Amino acid sequence: MASLNVLVAVCLVYVALLFIVAFAADRKASRGHRSAWLRSPLIYTLSLSIYCTAWTFYGAVGYAARSGLEFITIYLGPTLVMIGWWWGLRKLVRIGRSQRVTSIADLISARYGKSNTLAICVTILAVIGVTPYIALQLQSITLSFATFAEADPARQLYETTTVFWVAAGLAVFAILFGTRNLNANERHHGVVTAVALEAVVKLVALLAVGIFVVWGLSDGIGETMARVDASQIGQWQMQGDRWATITFLSAAAFVCLPRMFQVMVVENEDERHLRVAAWAFPLYLLLMSLFVVPIAAIGLELLPVGANPDLFVLTIPLSQGRDGLAMLSFLGGFSSATSMVIVAAMALSTMVSNHIVMPIWLRMQGHGASVSGDVRNVVLLARRVSIAVIMALGYFYYRLAGQDAALASIGLISFAGIAQILPALVGGLFWRGATRTGALAGLSLGFLIWLYTMLLPALGGGLLPDAVLTDGLFGFSWLRPQALFGIEGLDPIVHAVMWSMALNAAAFCTVSLATFPNPLERLQGAQFVNVFDHSAGPRGWTGLVAQSEDLMVMSQRILGAGEAQDFFQSEAIRQGSHGGLPEPTPAFLERLERELSGSVGAAAAHAMVGQIAGGSSVSVEDLLAVADETAQMLEYSGQLEVQSKELSRTAKKLRETNEKLTQISQQKDAFLSQVSHELRTPMTSIRAFSEILRDTEGGSEEDTVRHASIIHDEALRLTRLLNDLLDLSVLESGQVSLNMTVGSLGEVLDHAVSTALAGSDKPLNVIRHPSTEVVRISSDLDRLSQVFINLIANAQKYCDAENPEISIVASTRYGRLRIDFLDNGSGIPRASQQLIFEKFSRVSPEKAGGAGLGLAICREIMLRLGGDVRYLSGHPGGAFRVSLPLAPDLVT
Amino acid sequence: MALREEFLHMGRHVVLIEDEPNIIEAIRFLLTREGWTVEAHSDGQDAIAVIKAAKPDLVILDLMLPGKSGMEIIKDLREQEKMTQLPVLMLTARGQARDREMAEKAGVSRFMTKPFSNTEVLAAVRDLHAQANQA
Repeated sequence: MASLNVLVAVCLVYVALLFIVAFAADRKASRGHRSAWLRSPLIYTLSLSIYCTAWTFYGAVGYAARSGLEFITIYLGPTLVMIGWWWGLRKLVRIGRSQRVTSIADLISARYGKSNTLAICVTILAVIGVTPYIALQLQSITLSFATFAEADPARQLYETTTVFWVAAGLAVFAILFGTRNLNANERHHGVVTAVALEAVVKLVALLAVGIFVVWGLSDGIGETMARVDASQIGQWQMQGDRWATITFLSAAAFVCLPRMFQVMVVENEDERHLRVAAWAFPLYLLLMSLFVVPIAAIGLELLPVGANPDLFVLTIPLSQGRDGLAMLSFLGGFSSATSMVIVAAMALSTMVSNHIVMPIWLRMQGHGASVSGDVRNVVLLARRVSIAVIMALGYFYYRLAGQDAALASIGLISFAGIAQILPALVGGLFWRGATRTGALAGLSLGFLIWLYTMLLPALGGGLLPDAVLTDGLFGFSWLRPQALFGIEGLDPIVHAVMWSMALNAAAFCTVSLATFPNPLERLQGAQFVNVFDHSAGPRGWTGLVAQSEDLMVMSQRILGAGEAQDFFQSEAIRQGSHGGLPEPTPAFLERLERELSGSVGAAAAHAMVGQIAGGSSVSVEDLLAVADETAQMLEYSGQLEVQSKELSRTAKKLRETNEKLTQISQQKDAFLSQVSHELRTPMTSIRAFSEILRDTEGGSEEDTVRHASIIHDEALRLTRLLNDLLDLSVLESGQVSLNMTVGSLGEVLDHAVSTALAGSDKPLNVIRHPSTEVVRISSDLDRLSQVFINLIANAQKYCDAENPEISIVASTRYGRLRIDFLDNGSGIPRASQQLIFEKFSRVSPEKAGGAGLGLAICREIMLRLGGDVRYLSGHPGGAFRVSLPLAPDLVT
Repeated sequence: MALREEFLHMGRHVVLIEDEPNIIEAIRFLLTREGWTVEAHSDGQDAIAVIKAAKPDLVILDLMLPGKSGMEIIKDLREQEKMTQLPVLMLTARGQARDREMAEKAGVSRFMTKPFSNTEVLAAVRDLHAQANQA
């Protein structure tokens, strides 16, 4: 009989051996030359065997003893997955590798737009779901220790003390193995190798016990089968719903369990290993289950009634005095428990530290902290503390609920909790329409129902009042945890799994359909769903130029063709290569990313550039699809912007037009009022004098002549005024027809001077500069002459010098002909210099003969002739400058 | 009778503020024939000073004047002492209703638009003169 001391010593030696194996494997891996078998699919397949925990090692026999062949469902689920769904697993592995996924929480988060909320949810769910499972390992190790202790009278073991030390030991063990170093891709070659070794140990141990039972305690297979038939297992009846449910649960758990995900996806180094594992792992499971029924049957027969069937694997050899076999069996169970705890703790601590602790720590640190060593230490510490906390949770769960529950039922609770991840996971892999909100809704609903219908009733102990169990929550009978919506008579497990999974999946689908994924979600969704279309090895990016071209194509869709070309050209020039595309240097990629982020946001830009430049996880087609969508959205918003700009432009135009119309209307009123005034004035004189002529009898001849001549003058004035008004109206409306002819400036001036001087008796000396007047001009010479006449006549009228004279000087400059009319009078006051060109403006009315339209007409004429007339303010006297384009420009 | 006639005649001095020479001539001709002495002034700026100095029995005022508008002149005039009751006949080429309103508000005694009828102007002058003497 082995003493407890020997047992503990064997355990320590075994752990030390595992540690050495792990250390050696890590060293070899880090040096890059690992032996072929270390990289073979064998290690991968064996590492998958952490599915078989102490529950399967010890519990399967107990399960068979209690429920007959139903234990097979636990093996059936994974077998079906491996054989029937290996392509789904391959997709998972491919995605895991291409996305550098660190855990199942990370995968779900990545699929749904890198949502950390979702990651936190999955993490919490995983921690709560796995806690019973860890408790289960504690229970099995404690039980096995206790079994040995019973046989060792020198030692009295207290269960609670044992379980505490087992938990503490496992925590230390997991911390030593799982957090020795930090790996960028979270691969732990050492741990995987150690786990593979443990897989061999537990298989060998179970087979040894089985062989001992069949051929040692019984006389071969035939007799064993007969004894099985004789035992209570022979009376076993199959329950279809439980079979289906538990098979489904174990299949779901096989995919969703964090530790399974860890070894299957995260630790996978070659996708092809999966192909071997697809048949090898079911084979392993077959071997593991081979002797379960015989051991259970013989144990039930040999051992006293009431002996715990969960420990038959241990107690049968002990009862037969086979200490060595018992020790091997103990090591097998120990291996099952430790490998599970190490990997589970590793996987969970990664999730907890990556998705819960680190975000909080980074937020507390602010944005400045990026010292890598610092972060590294924090991550390691976070993982170690997480492992300790997870183990503590397992310990407390065990203290709370585990002592009197069978191993199998604890395991199923765990499975059902973890299975809640399945809809979001599978939906994410195959359905592009799945959204973050949908995943969140499904997960939370499923989790709550699982909590209410399975975990809380199992915990018992006052956590859920009995009243709730029998009468339902708040007294609603349809809310009874084990008979939801009034459906009674179902097996509790079937009931809980059915409701939680059905409502989970329903919520996931409905909410996904009702919500719209954001761009990153769509991008990630496309990458996940179509991972095979474009991540195959040989179809990578060929060379750097191809990559630049792809970047260019993508950028064109986002930035627009012109802008993208400009950007790439300037980048190429910056790199010193003229013509051709720029090399995808980090600096260039960084600038491109900045450029793109202006259009699609920083995250999308980073993802897009990263996907093209960084590797092969997304196809150009996918990127272009996203880019097209973006372009469409941009275009649409651009159109809207243009439309709204156009609208505001139109509104502004309308406002301006309205103002202009109001102004014009006011101007028109003012003009009419002016015209009326100008017409009434001569009419007043005409009427007054004509009445005088009519009414006066016997007036002097002299008076009569004078009055008649006033009438005549005023009539002429009226005629002039009307002519001017008509002239101006024609000029202003632009309906004037110009009679363009060619002539010399001198001749036009000759005509203008003589006409102007003939119109008045006032003396005016005109000084000409004939040498400047030898210019050919092409214009409407009559109109031009009209302007000159007006200017000369004005000088004649208004020049207040004693000997009034006007100097006419022509010059050419800047391709324009300028004719200045300068008199020697006092000029026009600065304030009026602009005003004089307005209609009806007169600086000194008492001298004016006209209506004040002359200069306005001049201005209009010059405008029509392509020139202008303005007042020269620098000159002491009255000074006007007429300018017009020189002949060549005018001949059209 | 002769005395009374002379007395009346002595009270017939009119100041005409108008910038159109031909209109001045027409009014001067008409009123001189009626026994008035006409003093014409064509600038608005110093119109008030001219009126104050002339102490006329009647003022004929144009609306649109260089320097200062007839409207401003009448306003300023009515603020002067002894000028509040002086009859003022406004003649203007701007005959809109609004101008008439403003002018009457400003204190003109009579408002007539150009071109005017000679008989109407003479009637208005007589009327205004008679009213002033009765008061």
